[in-house]
Amino acid sequence: MVTTHRNFPGKLIAVEGLDGSGKSTQLYLVKRWLELQGSRVYFTEWNSSVLVKKATSKGKKRQLLTPTSFCLIHATDFADRYERQILPLLRAGFIVLADRYVYTALARDAVRGLDREWIAKLYSFAVPPDITFYFEVPLEISLSRILDGRPSLKYHEAGLDMGWSTDPYESFRIFQGKILKEYAQMRSKFSFTTINATREIHVQQAEVRKLIAEKIDLAAFRR
Amino acid sequence: MNEKHFFGRQPPEIKDARFPGKLFVVEGADGSGRSTQIAMLSQWLEANGFAVRFMGLRRSNLVAEDLESAKQGNILTRTTLSLFYATDFFDQLVNAIVPALRAGHIVLADRYIYTLMARDLVRGADPDWVRNLYSPAMLPDAVFYFHVSARRLVERNFQKNSTLDYWESGMDLGLSRDMFDSFVKYQRMLQIEFQRMQREFGFRLLNGNRPIAKVQQDLRKEIATLLSIGEPEEVSFSEVPPESVPVAAS
Repeated sequence: MVTTHRNFPGKLIAVEGLDGSGKSTQLYLVKRWLELQGSRVYFTEWNSSVLVKKATSKGKKRQLLTPTSFCLIHATDFADRYERQILPLLRAGFIVLADRYVYTALARDAVRGLDREWIAKLYSFAVPPDITFYFEVPLEISLSRILDGRPSLKYHEAGLDMGWSTDPYESFRIFQGKILKEYAQMRSKFSFTTINATREIHVQQAEVRKLIAEKIDLAAFRR
Repeated sequence: MNEKHFFGRQPPEIKDARFPGKLFVVEGADGSGRSTQIAMLSQWLEANGFAVRFMGLRRSNLVAEDLESAKQGNILTRTTLSLFYATDFFDQLVNAIVPALRAGHIVLADRYIYTLMARDLVRGADPDWVRNLYSPAMLPDAVFYFHVSARRLVERNFQKNSTLDYWESGMDLGLSRDMFDSFVKYQRMLQIEFQRMQREFGFRLLNGNRPIAKVQQDLRKEIATLLSIGEPEEVSFSEVPPESVPVAAS
């Protein structure tokens, strides 16, 4: 189950950051860039496996999930995508782009009170990415990007299950603040490549593309 | 009140682990007589004034349905299979077992993490990974392991279902294309894991090859001691459900 040695030709690029950090936009632009170059590229996002879809939505809607089951159901989702998509595609020589990776789980589940070492070991079957971009924004900026539109925040998304506040917006602020602290702890431990995400989109994208081109021999991935 | 312990760090949901209830686990292969023994045991416990609750695998409100359909489709990999069962287990632990123990019930678990760990291990999972996965589980007050020979298991499985189950035969392991052959091999592999765990975790071994009433008698004796109640009366043959009387081994 633990196969962290790299015996495959593919490359894995992950993005991490707070909600509202702009990481999904940046990864989408990376995907377009690679596609237009004719590279073999595959995109995968957090919480998207069909395997546990019913259970996850049932658990969330009826608020059946507790921190441990929340963690494990997401781990199941991730493992399904990992074993059936990410790893086979890396072995087939693709550049795999992951919108959130295990670090999202490490941050969220630690905030929900689970033991950090336990979570890390749970996810130890996953290879570390070749590059993990961490999109760094001050908390207030990411919060305003999300909250200014007064969206209807979902129960778990707002961290309402933790009972920090009954107000979804206030709970979301507290939750995101705690996640930011977890990310801060992980940055050096997992050698994140930090991108200043307060800048204009195309400026960030230029930096991201440059870093990718330096680290990965892109010519090898063209069809 | 008795303080419950955990294999590792207790889950954050369980704040106070002092419960008046007790958790007894029955482990053993399909066909080892677990469900019959549990049914008889609960009757006796209720007769003695104890409130009983049950738990088992794949019974969680949360994932039982998805897990069943995923098993039908054979789309589960080793890791997802084990994580799925772990989700099911911890959902029941937090939402069913703990509230029952808090309310002073006796919880009878038809299998527990040991079966789940054994299944993962024979599928080649990393032992450290598996142990870590189940480390937030609660240590039961006692674990009874019904040991039954692989040959006996085959007989009982055919008698019960007139067919062998795909997963219970370990067909996903590719041990043999022949289901019977695979069943025997798979059950032996599980027994080896169980024997290892029996030493480590101190399972109480019960010889499940013996008549049902005899096994039940031993089970009641041990539980009577654990509950500090008097010596149980002899189990009468009429207590044994008729459908579970084994055919004479040829």
